[in-house]
Amino acid sequence: MSRIKNAFADGKALIAFLTAGDPTPEDSVRFVLAMEKAGADLIEIGVPFSDPVADGPVIMAADQRALAGGINLKSVLDEVQEIRKTSDIPLVLLTYFNPIFVYGAERFFEDCRKAGADGVIIPDLPFEEQGDVRPYADRCGVDMIQLVAPTSKERIQRIARAASGFIYVVSSMGVTGMRDGMQGDLKETLRQIRQVSNVPAAVGFGIHTEEQAALFASEADGVITGSAVVDIIARHGKSVDDELSDYIKKMKKAVR
Amino acid sequence: MNHRFGSFGGQYIPEILMGEIQKLEKAYEVYKKDPDFIREFRDLCINYTGRPSLLYEAKRMTEDLGGPKIYLKREDLNHTGAHKINNCIGQALLARRMGKTRLIAETGAGQHGVAAATIAALFGMECEVFMGETDTERQALNVYRMELLGAKVHAVTTGSRVLKDAVNAALQNWTARCSDTHYMIGSAVGPAPFPEMVRDFQSVIGEEIKKQILEKEGRLPDSVFACVGGGSNAIGTFYPFIDDKDVELVGCEAAGKGIDTLYHAATMAKGVPGVFHGMKSLFCQDDSGNISEVYSISAGLDYPGVGPEHAYLKETGRARYVPVTDEEAVAAFEYLARTEGIICAIESAHAVAGAMKAARHMDKNQIMVITVSGRGDKDVAAIARYRGKDLHE
Repeated sequence: MSRIKNAFADGKALIAFLTAGDPTPEDSVRFVLAMEKAGADLIEIGVPFSDPVADGPVIMAADQRALAGGINLKSVLDEVQEIRKTSDIPLVLLTYFNPIFVYGAERFFEDCRKAGADGVIIPDLPFEEQGDVRPYADRCGVDMIQLVAPTSKERIQRIARAASGFIYVVSSMGVTGMRDGMQGDLKETLRQIRQVSNVPAAVGFGIHTEEQAALFASEADGVITGSAVVDIIARHGKSVDDELSDYIKKMKKAVR
Repeated sequence: MNHRFGSFGGQYIPEILMGEIQKLEKAYEVYKKDPDFIREFRDLCINYTGRPSLLYEAKRMTEDLGGPKIYLKREDLNHTGAHKINNCIGQALLARRMGKTRLIAETGAGQHGVAAATIAALFGMECEVFMGETDTERQALNVYRMELLGAKVHAVTTGSRVLKDAVNAALQNWTARCSDTHYMIGSAVGPAPFPEMVRDFQSVIGEEIKKQILEKEGRLPDSVFACVGGGSNAIGTFYPFIDDKDVELVGCEAAGKGIDTLYHAATMAKGVPGVFHGMKSLFCQDDSGNISEVYSISAGLDYPGVGPEHAYLKETGRARYVPVTDEEAVAAFEYLARTEGIICAIESAHAVAGAMKAARHMDKNQIMVITVSGRGDKDVAAIARYRGKDLHE
């Protein structure tokens, strides 16, 4: 069984996101391991980018901090390799497309495989534009995680049919960031996905409280929390470990 | 629909916007052929903008330079003072037909923001403009103009606080609210269908040049010059001449303090292929694919990318692109003011400077057209500062 499948094998999954290299690569590796220990089932590692247009202010600021420290795609792959020395937690890289394009898609997916990254989310590479890179991902056994949004409508099933790993269901309109409430008809979106695919569906964007986590987990196969984690790291810096573990434990309990 | 210009172009945008972009694409396919739409567009171009704009023979400049006969395409005489209004009319008509009630736009120098605010006022639509904080400072007059026209101006404080960051903010805003909102991109950039759509609405420039020069000279020009940031006035100028292989097409981009310094926005000279702001094109970027902070005295050319069709025209050799420094642009700005009594936009001054350089190597029996994309009132204070005079705006 692939590592990503493992994440969903034992009940609902808690997926946590953090920005690589914020505040340093060594810290990120430690945070990933700490979150695993606290109960996170899958970790999304954000590759810092100069202009993260799908992200809100919290992640934009984290990207800037990490870039100031000289992080790039190559060093994030090194972090993955470092984590893999001691952990089997499923790891998915979240990166805008330009860093991959410049790195070379073929080389990138090959290096993902070597480092032990299980999947890749590319927020600015919609389904229709994936043709050039998908064959490399498939050949390397790296899942291209598909996104489905409240506006995807008639494209939901087309996207779901091609999905592997898990499906990232965007809970609401806008950029990433903590907010309340829910837009679109999540139940209907999930129903449409499940008609054509048995790939697990996890909901993300805006999720930061236990109540939200429990609510979304009652419908979906997993819940993604990102900006809240990045915000905790930003507020506590290097000595964040306890706060981070507490938050993950709390959220994991809520999704169970 | 083909989204590409050679390998450039495409639709590299978040999934949230894909549904909206596909709707826009379908709507544009329908309305660009719709006689009512075309009639309304032309009517506003004539009766609101004041088209056709003049093709003015710059006799003193021609005589002074001693080279080719020089014509200026006077987009600066349009209502709102620049070519940007052409595109805004087209996109606002389309947005209205799609049932949108709110327009958002990015702006660099403020010319597109002013044009967007103007059309929103005319159409009774809501308008919000995103502008880098640095640009709101160097173009304070245009900020107030937009507010006078009823638009809300957001000063963007992320990144280097210029045009690139304004586009990011507008895209983010559109992601949050697209059901009632059209994002009126101001240049020939972004995901398909924007580059094609903006080109089509701006092609009125080149079409008029062609007609006017045939009337005046009975033949096509030898060279056509336009400034290039994202490249909307340039593609509008060039496009109708693409099949006229004897007409040389020259884009003038911002070299800031020089292309061998860190302070330039010369995407054609220094950029490499990449994917950003919805399109595959050329971008100034670092080895890791992070987009560079670029620099130009001209807020309108201060952009790290270029429209995908320009990248294609460069690749195929159909157009050539030359860098023009701040110093050269300011000198051309002053030269045109003193020689022809025309205060052009600092963006347009890049085209004038590039053309003046090329004119040295051309003959008297040749003809050159320079598109003056906008007027320079907005730049007077900045040019004074450049020359060491502090005006109190």
